[in-house]
Amino acid sequence: MMQRLRSYAMNKPARGSLLGIEHLESKEILGLLKLARRMNPLRARPLLRNKRIVLLFYEPSTRTRSSFEIAAKTLGAITTLVQASGSSIEKGESLLDTGATLRAVGADAIVLRHPRAGAPHLLAKHLDIPVINAGDGMHEHPSQALLDAFTILKHKKSFKGLQVAIIGDIYHSRVARSACHLLTKFGVKVTLCGPPEFVPEVAATLAPGLRVSRHPEEAVRGADVIMLLRLQKERLAGQKIRLQDYIAHYQLTPSRLKLAKRDAIVMHPGPIIRGLELTGEVADGPQSAILDEVHNGVPTRMAILARAVGKTK
Amino acid sequence: MTNVKSKPGSILIKGGHVIDPAAKINALMDVLLRDSRVAEIALPNKIRGGADEKFDACGLIVAPGFIDLHVHLREPGQSYKETIASGTAAAAAGGFTSVCTMPNTAPVVDTDEWVGWLRDPERGAVVNVFPIAAATRSSRGATLTDFAALQRAGAVAVTDDGKPILDDEIMRAALRLGAELNLPVVQHAEDTRLTERCSMHEGPTSFRLGLRGMPASAEASVVDRDVTLAQQVRESRLHVAHLSTSDALKAVRRGKRGLHNARVTCRVTCEVTPHHFTLLDEDVGEYNTNFKMNPPLRSASDREAILVALADGTVDAIATDHAPHAMHEKEVEFERAAFGITGLETALALALTKLHREHKIPLTRIVELFTAGPARAFDLRERGSLVRDNFADVTIFDPKKRWTFEAAGSRSLSRNTPFDGSQFTGKVVATIVGGKIVYRAD
Repeated sequence: MMQRLRSYAMNKPARGSLLGIEHLESKEILGLLKLARRMNPLRARPLLRNKRIVLLFYEPSTRTRSSFEIAAKTLGAITTLVQASGSSIEKGESLLDTGATLRAVGADAIVLRHPRAGAPHLLAKHLDIPVINAGDGMHEHPSQALLDAFTILKHKKSFKGLQVAIIGDIYHSRVARSACHLLTKFGVKVTLCGPPEFVPEVAATLAPGLRVSRHPEEAVRGADVIMLLRLQKERLAGQKIRLQDYIAHYQLTPSRLKLAKRDAIVMHPGPIIRGLELTGEVADGPQSAILDEVHNGVPTRMAILARAVGKTK
Repeated sequence: MTNVKSKPGSILIKGGHVIDPAAKINALMDVLLRDSRVAEIALPNKIRGGADEKFDACGLIVAPGFIDLHVHLREPGQSYKETIASGTAAAAAGGFTSVCTMPNTAPVVDTDEWVGWLRDPERGAVVNVFPIAAATRSSRGATLTDFAALQRAGAVAVTDDGKPILDDEIMRAALRLGAELNLPVVQHAEDTRLTERCSMHEGPTSFRLGLRGMPASAEASVVDRDVTLAQQVRESRLHVAHLSTSDALKAVRRGKRGLHNARVTCRVTCEVTPHHFTLLDEDVGEYNTNFKMNPPLRSASDREAILVALADGTVDAIATDHAPHAMHEKEVEFERAAFGITGLETALALALTKLHREHKIPLTRIVELFTAGPARAFDLRERGSLVRDNFADVTIFDPKKRWTFEAAGSRSLSRNTPFDGSQFTGKVVATIVGGKIVYRAD
């Protein structure tokens, strides 16, 4: 049978796709988190036996890529990594043609990391297999938000009444956007903190219950969770703010951390830069949940993949 | 110019409601077209003598032929998107009898030879084609083109559309040379230093989607500067293309007030597109590239200001910015997708549905925005009105006809429209160019 290269009709994403947190219902999120708690990375479960998961990565990644790969293999799947360099993407093949090719090779799901916002949505509209967004430009990083929620719930009883401060470059951050959507769905009070270049006033319109603050002391005071974001030095280049000023004003230091609740946890999607967005003491301190997050990435992504192929029992 | 190959016969348009704002006609009238001109316009049944053809226009509006000041017909060089033949066929279906073509083709239309080439009957145009030539060589913004030669060849205006002239000295020089020749300088107002890598309007939607946004000020600041420069050059003519923001309108109003000031003699005109008076930035939805164009869809307050300016006379013309693109240029990541949408076949329907039905702008004003307004902006002589001896360009439409636009049935070679499947009230019934019917609805 001849297969059409692709359908021109815009379709709904295939069942099991995970494109973002924004349009997920809270019960779907809770379902995924419940499933993640049942996943044990140390014990192989063949939920994905004979399934082919393609990791299509247009951007470099350590954490996300390796944890998706380990998650898929732990569930018995066959995985293939396709990267921009060393593939036909380098020769100018479009995203949709690459997707159609991978589908024809026999992919059962595609995990996509892409530098352009909305790339997973485009792919999902033209493919009949699930597409999982592993980070798209400045838009969303849903698996990160889910593993962060998973991590928070390991330390806190529930989302109820929690106060979260997110400090850093919100504007460029897909992690921040997904986290804001997820946490506000459960009524968490989220304060976004940073200079106007990184936290424009419009950021507060992203979801209900968001607040913008220019003072980390104000944002941190009484917080249950402090999420830091990586500051990309190259992004400071075009901005008015100087690196030294940023550090002086926004760095999470032990004294600023003291303003938070005593049992507050410090989170960071990584990679961290010691001495920039946080001090080494804070990163290695007893309240740091940074390596926890990395660890929780695997069961969370196992849950996402199991949901993608419909094995949620 | 006309593109009519054989000599047209005479047509008597009977029983229609003529709306001709330039001639201040708004009444039931009969119109006789003969030898590609308007031979007579008179009260019903007052025209004596026969005609080769009678057109029953009972219940229909008979208007001067519509003029679109801003279309991209993609020739020379990009005939996979559109050709002059296909683009003008779409224009005819949309009720346009004249279109002004933008020079950002491959190569750029920056010589009199290319202007002549565009107007050559060999191109197969079915409506009048008025080329707008490049203002600078290859639209690089460095050296002015030969405005006089371009005008002699038939160019009706100059522009570097898509590549705004940001250099003050070059813009002033263009306005000066334009003033000498009475040639409008058309500016796509965008401070590109503020819009690098941007793909939509800056606001809550761009933040939510993680897309870099074009600030409204990037348009307003250039319009403001251009108005100031124009007011410094005697009898200069500035035309602001596809105006999209509230602040840019303020600058245009400032420029127009100059008209009543004896010392300021410049003429500032502007156009607005149907998509900017219809849609908002939030309509981009989940990265729908058929809602990506430049200038981008703006905020609700910008659209509100545009609606006011359309009604109060600040806006001179509705222009489509018809910008066809092939499927493979649109079915890509949003940030990589080409800017622009088609618009020729939906412009009147949108004006009637949105401006007339929804916002109660009178039909006379809407017709003015398609006829007398654009004709004046670019000095298209003997067009834009149905007075005797003018060119026999006529648009006949049914303001009450309900219909659904299907992109698949478009006469354009491209399908990049946000209005596929849209329901409209008001439809073109016939388009007459130089006394010849070039489009007739089934």
